[in-house]
Amino acid sequence: MSILVIAEHDNSSLKQATLNVVAAAKAIGGDIDVLVAGENCSAVAEAAAKAEGVNKVLVADNAAYGHFLGENLGELVAEVGKGYSHILAAAGTVGKDFMPRVAALLDVAQVSDIMRVESEDTFVRPIYAGNAIATVKSSDSIKVITVRPTAFDPVAGEGGSAAVEQLDVVKDAGLSQFVSEELAKSDRPDLASAGIVVSGGRGMQNGDNFKMLEQVADLMGAAVGASRAAVDAGFVPNDMQVGQTGKIVAPQLYIAVGISGAIQHLAGMSDSKVIVAINKDEEAPIFQVADYGLVADLFEAVPQLEEELKKVL
Amino acid sequence: MKVLVAVKRVIDYNVKVRVKPDNTGVDLANVKMAMNPFCEIAVEEAVRLKEKGVASEIVVVSIGPKAAQEQIRTALALGADRGIHVETDDEVQSLEAAKLLKSVVEKEEPKLVILGKQSIDSDNNQTGQMLAALTGMAQGTFASEVVVEGEKVNVTREVDGGLMTVSLKLPAVVTTDLRLNEPRYASLPNIMKAKKKPLESMSPADLGVDIAPRLSTLKVEAPASRQAGVKVADVAELVDKLKNEAKVI
Repeated sequence: MSILVIAEHDNSSLKQATLNVVAAAKAIGGDIDVLVAGENCSAVAEAAAKAEGVNKVLVADNAAYGHFLGENLGELVAEVGKGYSHILAAAGTVGKDFMPRVAALLDVAQVSDIMRVESEDTFVRPIYAGNAIATVKSSDSIKVITVRPTAFDPVAGEGGSAAVEQLDVVKDAGLSQFVSEELAKSDRPDLASAGIVVSGGRGMQNGDNFKMLEQVADLMGAAVGASRAAVDAGFVPNDMQVGQTGKIVAPQLYIAVGISGAIQHLAGMSDSKVIVAINKDEEAPIFQVADYGLVADLFEAVPQLEEELKKVL
Repeated sequence: MKVLVAVKRVIDYNVKVRVKPDNTGVDLANVKMAMNPFCEIAVEEAVRLKEKGVASEIVVVSIGPKAAQEQIRTALALGADRGIHVETDDEVQSLEAAKLLKSVVEKEEPKLVILGKQSIDSDNNQTGQMLAALTGMAQGTFASEVVVEGEKVNVTREVDGGLMTVSLKLPAVVTTDLRLNEPRYASLPNIMKAKKKPLESMSPADLGVDIAPRLSTLKVEAPASRQAGVKVADVAELVDKLKNEAKVI
């Protein structure tokens, strides 16, 4: 068996999710090659070559891949991936965008967002917002798979010494063009891979009140998340949303503040190791999954939390 | 221009699903069904494009059992002009759904195809992208804004780090994110009018598509349930427990 892992990166650094995907590839077994497609992405290729368990790094460096457009990446990966038994990518927005395109071009089904590998053709994935867990078996010759990064412990990012090979395949479908992007700037850790996440919901009442959570988060080195209600109400940008349709997180500690705990939110965080809920409604469904629940007004509890944390950290 | 919208009948998003005791699937008997929320947003966007004079006709298509006609009627009540029902009682997976939709696209030749980004039952997030690949169209996935300009459509997409805008050649496929719009409610007169709108029915065989699934579901289980936690009296106790009991800070 041979596995092609598509690296997730921003053209300058390799994202940690790639190391989680390599771990999923290791669980399948076989030679693991990593494809780095991007523009001026040689630093990413070097980083990928150091990852544990990687056999070879293929680099497709071209302006056509600079913004990870699904049309171009889809054609490239379908072409390069033909010789492999498995093609894997992280189930982030980039992977979700181009991988189904790869699968359709290869005329195979895709297995989305796997959380466990049972065997080379059998995988476990959540359905119905994580309220059911399905074991599925693929009968296709090439398995196209997106991987839930939080479900696999990353391989070491240092110590490997894979060969780096340049590909001269350029696929520009000519269907789409990058226009602009608006990326949220933050010094806090990346939400999807943070060890601690502090999230706010509708109970925060407005965007300014999120500063309270940010102060607590900064004390703990945590990322800040939000429920859909908080995003829809315009308190915070959408890329902070945790849930079925936002980001899936599984930190060591998840602190839900003013979040009721709707099914769709739980889908994004219920695999967290320890869940804390702060909510004034003691009937809120979040308390059914919380390891530690505090029934209190968040506007009193959060500043107190900040004070208490200052004492112990 | 003509807009094609694909809608799916799924379990209502508020329903807490139950896994069948024999682990063959989720119990759908006597459970409230509805249009997939992302598909509602797709219908709304098409209707808004028509209200702006950009779209001339909205065709709504659904693949599924007889009962899926309810969801087509709902879309018609919201403003779609006519419906196509690809009727089958078999399970249709993403790739096969995309192939069926490709056949419909070839017949109808829409300029824009709008789908939801994912259905809340299978959570696959695949069909739109697969349809785009099979038809050779551009794709604007996870759209939070759609602006048609001549022979192009500018789509603002919700990506991991924020927002990204792409310009796509028409015809194109767009999949909706939750932030694209707020769907309207169907009024009673419109629901009555929708009953008279045309609804064409066909089978996968009529479209020449083999819908045999490639993935077989071996079992479906309930997720591991979390152990019930404890309520703490105050913030000091909470911090103490996090530090000394859970050891996570």
